[in-house]
Amino acid sequence: MMTTCPECEGALALADDVQTGEIVVCGDCGVDLEVIDLAPLALALAPQEAEDWGE
Amino acid sequence: MGRLRVSIVGASGYTGGELLRLLLFHPHVEVAQAISNSYAGEFIHSQHPNLRKRTQLQFASRDAIKECDALFLAMPHGETQKQIEHWAKFAPKIVDLSADFRLRDTALYERWYGEKHAAPHWLPKFVYGLPELRREEMKTANYISGVGCNATASNLALLPLVKADLLHPIKPVVVDIKTGSSESGATVNPGSHHPEKSHSVRSYAPTGHRHTAEVIQELGLHDVHLSMTAVDLVRGVLATAHAFLKPGVTEKDLWRAYRAAYGNEPFVRIVKDRGGIHRAPDPKILAGSNFADVGFELEPESGRCVALAAIDNLMKGASGSAVQAMNIMCGFEETAGLEFPGLHPL
Repeated sequence: MMTTCPECEGALALADDVQTGEIVVCGDCGVDLEVIDLAPLALALAPQEAEDWGE
Repeated sequence: MGRLRVSIVGASGYTGGELLRLLLFHPHVEVAQAISNSYAGEFIHSQHPNLRKRTQLQFASRDAIKECDALFLAMPHGETQKQIEHWAKFAPKIVDLSADFRLRDTALYERWYGEKHAAPHWLPKFVYGLPELRREEMKTANYISGVGCNATASNLALLPLVKADLLHPIKPVVVDIKTGSSESGATVNPGSHHPEKSHSVRSYAPTGHRHTAEVIQELGLHDVHLSMTAVDLVRGVLATAHAFLKPGVTEKDLWRAYRAAYGNEPFVRIVKDRGGIHRAPDPKILAGSNFADVGFELEPESGRCVALAAIDNLMKGASGSAVQAMNIMCGFEETAGLEFPGLHPL
């Protein structure tokens, strides 16, 4: 099923059997998203580990 | 339909070498002649060693030029404008990689190049060759000018903000540009001597770089300023533009603006990732490819948008862009001969 990323509004394809609590990744902005509800489908930003990226 | 017969004038330089690398394997093109007075009679691989055993073509002198379907001119700045009448006799279509025919306004040319243009009546015949801005005009053009590499990185970084009218009306735009050494061409100079150049971070044009004129012309910006720094790369440009936006613009607005500008562009990718090590455009992974990677980040407190664009200066910033221009001008698929995605790791 298709939905949009709440962070960047990119198109997001989810498996038909996606489950509540599942973590999916947005292919556009790379954010981790948690499926918080199925009816209706709702996604929320999942906590991401802070990385010491860069310098 | 037979293959398009193309020739390259100035084929021994870096952009000429890249044109040969692309055109020798282009599905709709046959390279007729590679013109270089300095190396006439020598094999192509004497100057472009990557093409050894890929072609037995030899450089030909300028006097030996024959008629062809399309001509690429890759000569030093100032030469093409003096010789355009001559070269135009040999081909109905021309792509000029120099800066000679990029600007339409002679006053703008004189301001940034400090000299009068030698063939001002030819300026209106050329279309500026950045497809992301001028694709429709390029389709019907016979003469296309190449693009400045630093201008291209700047224009691609900023274009979505201009198109979506997000820029603050009175604040300036400053573009900090890091460049690789191949930008200065195949001719050596004291600054390119290895002990001097290696590991240097050289601010060589903090103000006044000529490519600024192409940003002014193409984006219609007047308060825009480029600063150039040569870094320890052979290929690559990274433009980091600092632009202040109108109050209230959000990151989502920026996503919409960049998608609207580039969602259907075959060679522009939005790179803005929350995780991993490739979160922002980096010219390293673009070496040899015609892709431009663009990204952005908003500082909500100040309204400053940092807009980024990375390219390979010899590809999207010169020869790749020129082949893309030929594809459009000649009705080929726009990506023909340009599919190489770059190398990783490198």
